[in-house]
Amino acid sequence: MSRDPRKVPIGWDEAVDLDRDPGLVPDPADVDVPAALRTSIDAAMQRYPDSRSAALPALAAAQEVHGWCSPEAFHQVAAVMQVTPAYLSSVATFYDMLRTEPIGDRYVFVCTSVACHLRQAKDVYDAIAEEARDQGLEGVDLREFECLGACDMAPMASVDGRYVGPLAPDDAHEFVAAIKERREVLPGRGLSDPEYRLPWNEGRPV
Amino acid sequence: MSELKNLTAHLDEPLLHEMETYERLGGYKAARKALTEMGPDEVLEQLESSGLRGRGGAGFSMGKKASFIPKGSMDKYLCCNADESEPGAYKDRLLMQRNPHLLIEGCIIGSLAAGANKAFIFIRGEYEIQAKILDAAVVEAYEKGYLGKGMFGADFDLELVVHRGQGAYICGEESALLDALEGKRGNPRLKPPFPASQGLYQGPTLINNVETLCNAPAIIEKGADWFSAMGEGKSTGTKLVSVSGNVQRPGNYEVELGTKVREIVEGLAGGPPEGRSVKCFFPGGSSAPVLTADALDLPYTFEAMAEAGSMLGSGSIIVVDDSQPLVPLALRLAEFYRHESCGKCVPCREGTNWTVKMLERIDDGEATPVDLHIMSEVQENIIGNCLCVLGDSMAMPIGSMIKHFREEFETHIDEARAHRNGGAAVGEHDAGELASAVGAGPQ
Repeated sequence: MSRDPRKVPIGWDEAVDLDRDPGLVPDPADVDVPAALRTSIDAAMQRYPDSRSAALPALAAAQEVHGWCSPEAFHQVAAVMQVTPAYLSSVATFYDMLRTEPIGDRYVFVCTSVACHLRQAKDVYDAIAEEARDQGLEGVDLREFECLGACDMAPMASVDGRYVGPLAPDDAHEFVAAIKERREVLPGRGLSDPEYRLPWNEGRPV
Repeated sequence: MSELKNLTAHLDEPLLHEMETYERLGGYKAARKALTEMGPDEVLEQLESSGLRGRGGAGFSMGKKASFIPKGSMDKYLCCNADESEPGAYKDRLLMQRNPHLLIEGCIIGSLAAGANKAFIFIRGEYEIQAKILDAAVVEAYEKGYLGKGMFGADFDLELVVHRGQGAYICGEESALLDALEGKRGNPRLKPPFPASQGLYQGPTLINNVETLCNAPAIIEKGADWFSAMGEGKSTGTKLVSVSGNVQRPGNYEVELGTKVREIVEGLAGGPPEGRSVKCFFPGGSSAPVLTADALDLPYTFEAMAEAGSMLGSGSIIVVDDSQPLVPLALRLAEFYRHESCGKCVPCREGTNWTVKMLERIDDGEATPVDLHIMSEVQENIIGNCLCVLGDSMAMPIGSMIKHFREEFETHIDEARAHRNGGAAVGEHDAGELASAVGAGPQ
């Protein structure tokens, strides 16, 4: 069943499994954790006076490895951090950037919030979503997103953290094609590109 | 008055984010001076008398806030709030991306004033590039001995950690930020106790916005008098203003506080597109009640914006031109707050949700003028009734839109109804419909 992840709480349509054992703190000896993931979680735990503060960086690292916060990812992080998987899933479901369903291991967030809305961001999103369907784009978490903090380049999108804009519906075809072929999206139009300037303010750094 | 270059002074230097360039341009002089010549009391005194007010939204005096941190040898913390997620605000992004060392230097000075030995920069997860730039700058600062133990040869230690959020607007609320930093869901806490007495890990915590901390080095270097000479009245210094929406040149502009809003919106940002005029604007991000075009001649200060019934907030001006219908804008605004409400307090969780539903009803032609009345009441019942101001941040702008543009809302209701009824006569709401709208509420 398809659902809009922004509107319906995760798990609303799943019955509770009453026969399942309650999730305990996993025994580290029983859980196989990829070495790199373990190292990065350990490093995060050492950075804070209270090791629980590492929950967000640890979940982000696990998501990098697994593509999403899967039950296995929760189990591995729980084993290293010595907390219950349920604690981690309660944290993960709060944050928009942590995926608790296997939607895709890359992301494209198209901002359609207030400032972008005023500059026809919805048309840009619709065009991108249509292209994504037409070109059969898969494995990408494509969604409308709340303000990404780049209202000067509105309408804009974040492609795996690279901010691209200003966008027009005409850009959608090339935008989606580049993502599909794993090329750089719209070279020269990313905020982090050297010499990136807004078309109307060419002399000003952004 | 036009643009001033204080925070943005060297931003066009290509390698400003590197230690070498930053130091060549006079960087870390202020931190050195604060640590080796001044000491915490004098730093605090300078910050207080500069009149520097928080640039994150509340506009509280930074020096006063730091002075609330108790003396004593307990573990104290500084948290830099870099979770800039308010629609319309993108000034901290510019500062962190171009000039990360300025923020680190600000954190050093803030920590010294608060007596904190551990500092965190809580940056929103979406700012991946900026977080990487900050991380690299922090490593450079440690290598140079500007962070860590015995900095600048003085008897002061500071650990600085860049902590990335994972996408939640509410984490910009200071107590929610602390919960998120402690590895929990980012729910706001009941206050008091305020973070200054019990904050991160139950220790006294000073929380400041990026731009606030970035102002500290220049105050220490050039003196509080230099800073307080700029601005107007109790709004001292310069402000980085993010202008967005229907203007020809959206961007960050640094101006002296007290500059006329018109000069910022029309002068610097070029005003609305050709042939359009300003319908209304949010003077301080999407949480600020909207003001109409006649407020353009006010000076841009904390006081003048408050007097006009709005707020300067984070200093982000979103301009709405006369081609924009307000109902879809209000709906988009309400959807944002519904999505970002953490759900802890009922008035906010339910109020944001029902506001969205009622606005959808209006757009779908199912609403009657009574709905406007109910919607205004919902807004009034959110304000002041929650642990934090997220609900208020929706209620105030939506309430202000209905107040200033009630006629437009009413026309929208009638036209959408007529459209739904296939062009039937407008304005014929029979008694039964009104009663069911009041009694049963929207289904």
